[in-house]
Amino acid sequence: MLLVHKKAGEVQKMLNEKDKVFQNLHGFQEPFIEGALKRGSWLNTKEILSKDQNDIIELVKSSQLRGRGGAGFSTGLKWSFMPKNTGKQHYLVVNADESEPGTCKDREIIRNDPHTLVEGCLIASYAIQATKCYIYIRGEYHHEYVQLEKAIEEAYERGFIGKNACGSGFDFDLYVHRGAGAYICGEETALLESLEGKKGQPRLKPPFPAGVGLYGMPTTINNVESIAVVPTILRRGPDWFKSIGAENNTGTKIFCISGNVNKPCTIEEEMGIPLKELVEKHCEGVEGGWDNLKAIVPGGSSTPMLPKNICESVLMNFDDLKANGSGLGTAGVIVVNKNNDIAEVIERFAHFYKHESCGQCTPCREGTGWMHRMMQRLVRGEISPEQIELLENVTKQVEGHTICALGDAAAWPIQGLIKNFKSELISKYNKKLKAS
Amino acid sequence: MSSNHPGLSNNFSRSGEKFSWSKDNLRSIKNIISKYPKGREQSAVMPLLYLAQEQNNNWISIECIETIAETLNMPKIRVTEVASFYSMYNTRPVGENLVQICRTSPCWLRGSNKITKTICKETKCEINDTSDDNKFTVVEVECLGACSNGPMIQINNDFFEDLDEESTKKIIDNIKEGKPNVIGSQKGRRSSENA
Repeated sequence: MLLVHKKAGEVQKMLNEKDKVFQNLHGFQEPFIEGALKRGSWLNTKEILSKDQNDIIELVKSSQLRGRGGAGFSTGLKWSFMPKNTGKQHYLVVNADESEPGTCKDREIIRNDPHTLVEGCLIASYAIQATKCYIYIRGEYHHEYVQLEKAIEEAYERGFIGKNACGSGFDFDLYVHRGAGAYICGEETALLESLEGKKGQPRLKPPFPAGVGLYGMPTTINNVESIAVVPTILRRGPDWFKSIGAENNTGTKIFCISGNVNKPCTIEEEMGIPLKELVEKHCEGVEGGWDNLKAIVPGGSSTPMLPKNICESVLMNFDDLKANGSGLGTAGVIVVNKNNDIAEVIERFAHFYKHESCGQCTPCREGTGWMHRMMQRLVRGEISPEQIELLENVTKQVEGHTICALGDAAAWPIQGLIKNFKSELISKYNKKLKAS
Repeated sequence: MSSNHPGLSNNFSRSGEKFSWSKDNLRSIKNIISKYPKGREQSAVMPLLYLAQEQNNNWISIECIETIAETLNMPKIRVTEVASFYSMYNTRPVGENLVQICRTSPCWLRGSNKITKTICKETKCEINDTSDDNKFTVVEVECLGACSNGPMIQINNDFFEDLDEESTKKIIDNIKEGKPNVIGSQKGRRSSENA
């Protein structure tokens, strides 16, 4: 496998405007049908739908598109797991329950370029033989929900979706279901439970949703961004998509940068842009300058933080971040400078996970509460080096011992903190000890 | 007593008045149920909870739950379970304006503490309290998903972003005086572009 690493120091040109999938990410143009048609949505959809379903799956596979919801699994491969010609109702479910702290990308797609998503739903559903699709949008996104409903209405009116969608002979219905403030519903099987009108508690796997999903039927669950890029990939071809980024880390990606930068923003860039460039060029640097950088959480709250020395050169793609002990996750980049207590950043994450644990598995239900209480004491400098070790040990007992990944997600940020700043945490304790 | 977030309490209470659907809502319910397969009407429980909450002054009483259970032919406990699991269903009355302040790290790094202080001062509310004139209920919540626009708050359905103490005070003042507010960024950004 050849990975073309562009080091941070090298001059790299920014992503070409014409290569951006989301031409209206920031909403300066009309978000609805008139604007969408101008931007090329719904252009030759009928032609795409005349392709064989397996061919579409193969094209998406060969584009090396990896899921944008966090796990980075090949989207085409996921589609290929769907059984074929079962005679059962198949479903596509789109995960728009964007709740990972640091992440606000799907929101921009939905409110500013909703037709990319609506068209993507049609094409993806066709590929997996699903005639019905549900978009599960987080409850707090009320304005975005209204925008999306309007776009869907427009698509129905124009005959783009509904009976005989785009004149292709394929019947397709698209519905929106609102969540109501539960992070756990972003976990795919919890989302299905919620959609069925139950508490959002994750299911045991297997069976996997491709076999037994929504209402017991074959189901594929994809992130908004993964679905919304599909029409453009099929229009411009997998080779175009592959020409951006590096092998197995292809295409463009929306990054959300928040925290201590001068200009926080959400931006579509080349997959694999150096983290430093993302911060320096697009956000006009760290508050107080690059040397004032403490650490960066690269992919939403669940991914372990990176210390400054790694931030100097790491590339924002799946493989390079993984090789550096973290992950791309949802590409929610949270920048922390030296003016803030890094322990409190993680303490707040711990509070978040305690709050969002669904309560089903004991290690997570009890562990997230315990870890949060320890983190509170850690912030106050009240836990000794031995107790820090104990905390680390407990995170490892939560990790991997729960039905879903929320337990892992709660453990990783704390592990990242201890791994990178242990001596600082210990001196915090010593200082407190001296003072008392 | 209001010791926690109205959406997170498991103590449901009766309003003392019968809850029956408005004519408009009866029409909407038909439409909502048609989105789900036959025999899967339970899927409509979340949208119906929203409808009930809207009709019932922004909270879910036991009467609401009973009516929903009847409409969807579900056991009451199943509806109660859902209403208590999700934080956006308020299990007790809240003020006209439910002010939710994001407290998670990305907003905190940009000063959400100051926003909380300002809001508590201007509304004369403690966290999880409702003001005496019933205009405001103030709560702290976890990440609302507008991280590139932090610090931010949500008031009823609307997001207010890129806040500082001054703009926050202005928003609260406008509500008090019945004046309209600009939704979204308070620093003139269109959305989350670099500006």
